[in-house]
Amino acid sequence: MRVEEILTGKEGGKLFLLGNEAAVRGALEGGVSVVSTYPGTPSSEIGDVFYKIAQKAGVYFEFSSNEKVALEVSVAAAAAGLRSFVFMKHVGLNVAADSFMSTVYTGVSEGMIVLSADDPSMYSSQNEQDNRIMARLAGIPMLEPSNPQEVKDLMKYGFDLSEQFQIPILMRTTTRISHMRGIVKLGPVTRGKKKGFFEKNPSQFIVIPAYVVKMRKELIKKLIKIEQIANISPLNTTIDQGGSKLGIITGGGAFNYVMDVVTANDWKVKILKVTLSYPFPEKLVLNFIKSVDSILVAEEVEPVMEKEILAIIGKHNLNKRVYGKLDGTLPRIYEYNPDILFNGIAKVLNKVLPKKERVFTKLPIPTRPAVLCPGCPHRATYFALKSAIKKLKLKEEEIIYSTDIGCYALGLEPPYKMADYCISMGSSLGIGCGFAKATNQKVISFIGDSTFFHAGMPGLVNAVHNKAKILLVVMDNRITGMTGGQTNPGVPLDGMGNPAPEVSIEGIARGIGVKLVKTVDPFDLKKTEEMFKKALQFEGVVVVITKQPCARLTDTKNRKKGINIKYSINQEKCIKCLICVKNFTCPAIFTEKDGSVHINPLLCDGCGVCVQVCPKKAIEVKK
Amino acid sequence: MWGLCPGMPKESDRGEKMKNTYKIHLIGIGGQGTIKTSTIIGEAAMKKGLNVVMSEVHGMAQRGGTVITELKIGEVYSPLIEETDADLLLAFEPTEALRSLNKLSEKTFVIVNSIPIVPFTVSLGISEYPELSTVFEELKGKIKNLVLIDAQKVAKEAGNIISENMALLGAAIATPNFPVDKELIIQSMKENLPPETIKTNLKAFEMGFTEVKN
Repeated sequence: MRVEEILTGKEGGKLFLLGNEAAVRGALEGGVSVVSTYPGTPSSEIGDVFYKIAQKAGVYFEFSSNEKVALEVSVAAAAAGLRSFVFMKHVGLNVAADSFMSTVYTGVSEGMIVLSADDPSMYSSQNEQDNRIMARLAGIPMLEPSNPQEVKDLMKYGFDLSEQFQIPILMRTTTRISHMRGIVKLGPVTRGKKKGFFEKNPSQFIVIPAYVVKMRKELIKKLIKIEQIANISPLNTTIDQGGSKLGIITGGGAFNYVMDVVTANDWKVKILKVTLSYPFPEKLVLNFIKSVDSILVAEEVEPVMEKEILAIIGKHNLNKRVYGKLDGTLPRIYEYNPDILFNGIAKVLNKVLPKKERVFTKLPIPTRPAVLCPGCPHRATYFALKSAIKKLKLKEEEIIYSTDIGCYALGLEPPYKMADYCISMGSSLGIGCGFAKATNQKVISFIGDSTFFHAGMPGLVNAVHNKAKILLVVMDNRITGMTGGQTNPGVPLDGMGNPAPEVSIEGIARGIGVKLVKTVDPFDLKKTEEMFKKALQFEGVVVVITKQPCARLTDTKNRKKGINIKYSINQEKCIKCLICVKNFTCPAIFTEKDGSVHINPLLCDGCGVCVQVCPKKAIEVKK
Repeated sequence: MWGLCPGMPKESDRGEKMKNTYKIHLIGIGGQGTIKTSTIIGEAAMKKGLNVVMSEVHGMAQRGGTVITELKIGEVYSPLIEETDADLLLAFEPTEALRSLNKLSEKTFVIVNSIPIVPFTVSLGISEYPELSTVFEELKGKIKNLVLIDAQKVAKEAGNIISENMALLGAAIATPNFPVDKELIIQSMKENLPPETIKTNLKAFEMGFTEVKN
């Protein structure tokens, strides 16, 4: 399949789509006009597809500077009568939360969907938060698809529901839904309006106390009405496998595991799939509970439904046993899988488990941790900084490295070990300010270009104003790297590939009042090291911007130009000092069993930094 | 579930329900083309009218890290394979095959690329890569239906080392019981690979196929 087919695929046709791609198609079928995001895995591919097709689809798409801004862009569009779609990873919703909570009060004039991609098992995230709880906190209706087809269909349905009740809808996926491929039958694409018109109505759009007390009342009224829909909607459906002993209440990704296990083993249970999951359909669930002897709740990742079910049972004085996370039938944390559900359901049904003969090995299997790519400019930055610290004879164990969210967090790994604290987007600066005040230790903060625009700037303002002595290293690789290479305000392209003004990090730092600001090329190790030496001895806030494109960008550029430089090691010159292996640690450089050092030509990126690292000039361009 | 929303596709729109399901586990290293290979199989299964789901790993799985994808064909819902339940295991690297042993049973067919990729952690001395001959012996001892294939050699002979994944794909579909026709896989390759690479990829694919068929 070519990406364009997500737009051009004909009604009635089928595509093998990723959940994230299905979300794009669903938005297009639903007549979306404005789309915004800040990239975050597992939601990133939605943006990657819009980047490629938005222009052709007649949709406005942007990579906003952060999730809060992205949400505001979409909510304004929905207030101006355009259908809008904003998506982010689960923790992105924390960034957007302040505005998010209020938009549920103000409501919207046209359909708006907020998609949160949760990450059970934390494959690429800092926490395992379950944004079904966010829906309850905000009072926003929630849809939970179980596969790509549902993602697509629920986008369209969500727009209609949102418009009907003039309230945004929160769609919750999980990694396994966003990154699941399945067959999607297409509907017709609807062109949304190009421009809207904002009708002034301060009592709806200004959240002063006098107005919000009324909005709060309205919100509850809306939720009561939507709960009535949830009680009778075909989205919340019962699947009777021919037994009333056990009823399984489930939704989202967990539903798939339940179905796989129950159909494969032909177990006679009754299943309630909850898809329009908030407001929780009390009446429907109550009737379901009454129709079975006991209940198993299968959900990822908090016991959200389980507690609501227990509340319903308590409220109605029923005597039913509930199995789930709270009684230990199913694991309390992490993503589920078919094996976990098989064991859980079998236990409740008192089935004797057939013993699985697992094959295993006692051989060691090499670890393959995520690693900075060959040619990654961050490696050069770390190497130069480390040399500067060594040459100034600073005590490394006393330096605090406050790092941030991005590839450079991999500076944690040996040999660099330049990461001591990292909690959220932009935190390197606030945390750095705190350490600078609380200790006499030297503080070095690392942040990427995109993360600097996202939430780093307020921290830098704080450092300057409150005189927190920190060295900020902005590792500007000209891209939002870790999420797959999206544009950001620092590059001359917008979210649709059109030319856009470059926002200058150096200009921002100077404007804020940083006295020493300098941009260096980290591939020039000597100059970078000299700059770091100067910065480390400076009294006050210093900003060093190490500017060099991400290796993946350079790869693409070189491929187009037909440039293919590789390096190799001249074995006659090499003294096996292993500085390139142990101190620089490029994944392309390896040692053979005899101790000789080599460069894997398949992995070598041709950056040439190792040439500067080698004390014997043994690394040469491969002929 | 299909057919939840009014006017939406019905359960019957899903692909044909096979009596038996068929489950494929692919494991490799970032950059080897495991995801592309899986997608080609998935789309071919769809073309055949079968229901198919697939799981992918994104995000932190960068170049150099382990990448796992799973495909399930037939009356299935989740894209994850139970332990001991894979029908086919396709490993792009010998030690990576060892990582997935828990998915195997006696019935599983296993294709393993014999070319090792040693991670930098070994050079740093923080992890160990066992002797290759020991790895092969271990695989032969643990796996009944095993094919070891030098996909690098095949790809080189076909014209480009980058076609390793297609050589392995060819080998995979030559195994008994593979539920999707070769012609559909070829069609799917043409729709998923860069046009300028098709010739070499098809050659590698055919050579991989022959390697197992004979």
